[in-house]
Amino acid sequence: MGHTVSDLAISFETSPPQYRHWDLEIDGARATLTMNVDPTAGLRDDYELKTNSYDLGVDIELYDATQRLRFEHPEVKVVVVTGGLERIFCAGANIQMLAGASHEHKVNFCKFTNETRNCIEDATANSSQVWIAAVNGTAAGGGYELALACDEILLVDDRASSVSLPEIPLLAVLPGTGGLTRVVEKRRVRRDLADAFATRTEGIRGRQAVEWGLVDETAPLSSFSELVEGRVAARAAESDRPDHGPGLGLDPIERTDEGDTIGYSAVTVSIDRRTGTATFTIAAPDSPQPATPGELIEAGAGAWILRCARELDAAILHLRFNETAVGTWVFRTEGDPDAVAAAEQLLADHRDHWLVREIRLYWARTLKRLDLSARSLMTLIEPGSCFAGILAELVLAADRSFMLDGTWEDLDDPPEPATIRLTGANLGWFAMSNGLSRLETRFWGRPAALAAAQAAVGADLEAPDAAGAELVTFTPDDLDWDDEVRLALEERNSFSPDALTAMEANYRFVGPETPETKIFSRLSAWQNWIFQRPNAVGPNGALQRFGSGSRPDFDTRRV
Amino acid sequence: MSIVDISAKIPNNVNLADDRRLQRALEGWQPKFVRWWEELGPVAFKRSPVFLRTAIDVGRDGWAHFDHVEMPEYRWGIFLAEPEPDRKIAFGDHKGDDAWQEIPGEYRADLQRLIVVQGDTEPASVEQQRQLCLTAPSLYDLRNLFQVNVEEGRHLWAMVYLLHRYFGRAGRDEADEMLERHSGDADNPRILGAFNEDTPDWLSFFMFTYFTDRDGKYQLASLRESGFDPLSRTCDFMLKEEAHHMFVGATGVGRVVQRTLELMNEHDSDDVHPHGGLNLDLIQRYLNFHCSVSLDLFGAETSTNAANYFAAGLKGRFGEERRDDDHVLRDASRLVPEATEAGIGTREVTQLAALNETLREDYTEDCQKGLDRWNRTIAEAGVDFALRLPHIGFNRNVGTFRDHHVSPDGRLIDEAQWHAGAADWLPSDDDKAHVTSLQVSVTEPGKMAGWVAPPATGINRKPLEFDYVRL
Ligand SMILES: [Fe+2]
Ligand SMILES: [Fe+2]
Repeated sequence: MGHTVSDLAISFETSPPQYRHWDLEIDGARATLTMNVDPTAGLRDDYELKTNSYDLGVDIELYDATQRLRFEHPEVKVVVVTGGLERIFCAGANIQMLAGASHEHKVNFCKFTNETRNCIEDATANSSQVWIAAVNGTAAGGGYELALACDEILLVDDRASSVSLPEIPLLAVLPGTGGLTRVVEKRRVRRDLADAFATRTEGIRGRQAVEWGLVDETAPLSSFSELVEGRVAARAAESDRPDHGPGLGLDPIERTDEGDTIGYSAVTVSIDRRTGTATFTIAAPDSPQPATPGELIEAGAGAWILRCARELDAAILHLRFNETAVGTWVFRTEGDPDAVAAAEQLLADHRDHWLVREIRLYWARTLKRLDLSARSLMTLIEPGSCFAGILAELVLAADRSFMLDGTWEDLDDPPEPATIRLTGANLGWFAMSNGLSRLETRFWGRPAALAAAQAAVGADLEAPDAAGAELVTFTPDDLDWDDEVRLALEERNSFSPDALTAMEANYRFVGPETPETKIFSRLSAWQNWIFQRPNAVGPNGALQRFGSGSRPDFDTRRV
Repeated sequence: MSIVDISAKIPNNVNLADDRRLQRALEGWQPKFVRWWEELGPVAFKRSPVFLRTAIDVGRDGWAHFDHVEMPEYRWGIFLAEPEPDRKIAFGDHKGDDAWQEIPGEYRADLQRLIVVQGDTEPASVEQQRQLCLTAPSLYDLRNLFQVNVEEGRHLWAMVYLLHRYFGRAGRDEADEMLERHSGDADNPRILGAFNEDTPDWLSFFMFTYFTDRDGKYQLASLRESGFDPLSRTCDFMLKEEAHHMFVGATGVGRVVQRTLELMNEHDSDDVHPHGGLNLDLIQRYLNFHCSVSLDLFGAETSTNAANYFAAGLKGRFGEERRDDDHVLRDASRLVPEATEAGIGTREVTQLAALNETLREDYTEDCQKGLDRWNRTIAEAGVDFALRLPHIGFNRNVGTFRDHHVSPDGRLIDEAQWHAGAADWLPSDDDKAHVTSLQVSVTEPGKMAGWVAPPATGINRKPLEFDYVRL
């Protein structure tokens, strides 16, 4: 437990020249992302990534590609994802990798891969950058799930290539990257056929795959690339993305580690291992920010509005994978709320500009990543903070928030009391997985309370008003503040992390179900249960026995 | 009281003058306390100067400060025993760690519960005893009653201090609720059953201070061991006051016994009721009742709560540090009583599970000492009678005995036998009527009601004729 952050292995920083597993080729409106996994370049050395099977490292590159295609390549309207190996599109997650991974790594891995597939769908749905899977060989398990994330699936009909979800018969686990959900929810495959499909190791080929709805079109090898080009041309014509750049270069994120403090530019994270707490401090911009798309492109990745989101995203991923024992994330902000509101004004004034749109969508994804993190989230609203608009989402995302009532009376020059300011950003820019804004989610089923909160947009609410509008949980004054916060954090840290994660996940997503909530609740929860069961992970379970020649030994009792 | 008044008027050694948080909390709570005292404190003598001891400091001198004061003007103070430098936790899973100066968040709820349960008993007993001032057998006794009452009030302050100082808003709410629950209030009762019974007469009061305040002593002594240092130091100081309450009980019962013996001798009869006294067998029945309900206060023989409190370092055993064992108690076992259809036996459990029983045993041993003294008086008078503690299973409503009837000498008996024997074992309606008939207010200095002997000495070297309460 004594390790500092710098000892830890998993880094999410990469860029196309560093990719080991993907080739990214841009040709006008079309980008082709070819999976060509280097078997020797896995994150651990106890497995080989044969036959385009993947581990987290492969998916980190895929996530990087989804981001760069959106920000650096406004001209790319269609992304074709395809396989670089003979007769193989992608074999899914590597089984030896899964068999040797800790439970929390498996869970984190699945969550991240799911989020990445959601990014792909988000690009198609909201950025007019359409993903097409050119399945030029067998797509098994996670391979087919990657194709399912694309808007169209084109399958080569070579009498050999199939799509399949063989997890249940072969491995005794679920296709956990959205496969089961998307087959019925997105592709509308009839549930009995879906059942037959998911229990058939050899999968489904050619025409039958089209008939069952598992893929959209097939073509023999000879005309497959013609089919793909045709679809690319058709979809590119529908896109509203610009025909030319310039794009915005995603420069490397600067990060300094000092002991247990990780410093980015707008975000600082300090870890207190005694209480298992990581405190995120987010600083408002301290210089004038771009007000027009032109200024934004000029400012590039240095613009606060983008920099802050990237740093928050990076910090979340880092803590999720590398600091699993830090169970509570505390959010603080520092700076001028007017500066935050001014910076986000660009997002309100130019929402149809492709880059502005990307930044809004990126914030939405990053805040969703926060909602989906298996950590207790607490927000502290103190004098000198700037919980306005985009940053006020951190108050609404928290499991609990504390807002200082009044000011620090003991200081010689007491600061102005803390305020919260809702803006248009809180009224629907950033939908949660359930399709609702955080404000709507907070007041689910209580339209009067929602309307009252909405009516407060634009006002700087001090603690009594913020509590009156039901935006914060507790409002201790300066006399109680330290103890109330300390006790809340210490007490939280003494509870079972499993029970907390489960409770938080239940409370965070009220309201309607969406495919996303189904993936992250029903599918993931069942998968994570299976990942604990001997039938999958025990010494005689399917994951351990896979490839050994002996059959797994199941405990046949239904639970 | 304004904040300025509060820090000046409340004797304390907790640096109240510089503690804004505490001042603020007390500013809200103190007027509620004063109102509570007016409404539910002693029903009479509200403005009579009483010769009271006020703690104004923790040192020897500050402790024994006597003067006539009107009770509402009593200076309820906040005192913690002097800190022990580098104090370590003496037991449980945190054994050897530094004692906590702030509450660990992990144990917030448990500590709050322990403090609230203890704190709730303090004003409860004042409420239970509020009518007794109308029938005090002497000014000396009246003064003792009031001394006990104001000190129970101060014990409430002590617990409220902890809640205000360490538990934030939740603590302030709990402190208010201590004044909102009332003994015997059906809708809003005190937490522990025994504290919802009223104390109708002075024999009951003496028994209560002997047996029930002694339960308080054992609870406080186990909390004095707490790893939460402020709780430990608070309880340490409260124990000094509690000793006086038990003195009132021990000497009170002793004086009743002595008067009974005098009347027996004078009239050459075991039956002194016609002569305005209380028969020894009646005293035994009152003793049986108060002892058995006090035994219930220790809880069931085995308790996971008590085990958790001990393992967490929140509540130790009586005299924890003097005990010669590992102070963790996970491996050692002991026997606890077990009543079944077959009879009263024992079963073996871990010591950790049996902490309630261990504390109850220590308590029972302590109770016996007073009986030994009273029995010496009886023997010296040449009377063939001895007061006895009832069997631990007698008249119990908590733990293994709750579904069984046990006679005072420890026989498992059936329902019919219980009903046949009850009148011999517990105060009957006749007993109560007789005791009530003797309750008269005696307010002439130096004079004593006829059912109780005068004390051997007065208070603070004052003569018995001293005007302990000025009418
Ligand atoms: Fe007391
Ligand atoms: Fe007492």
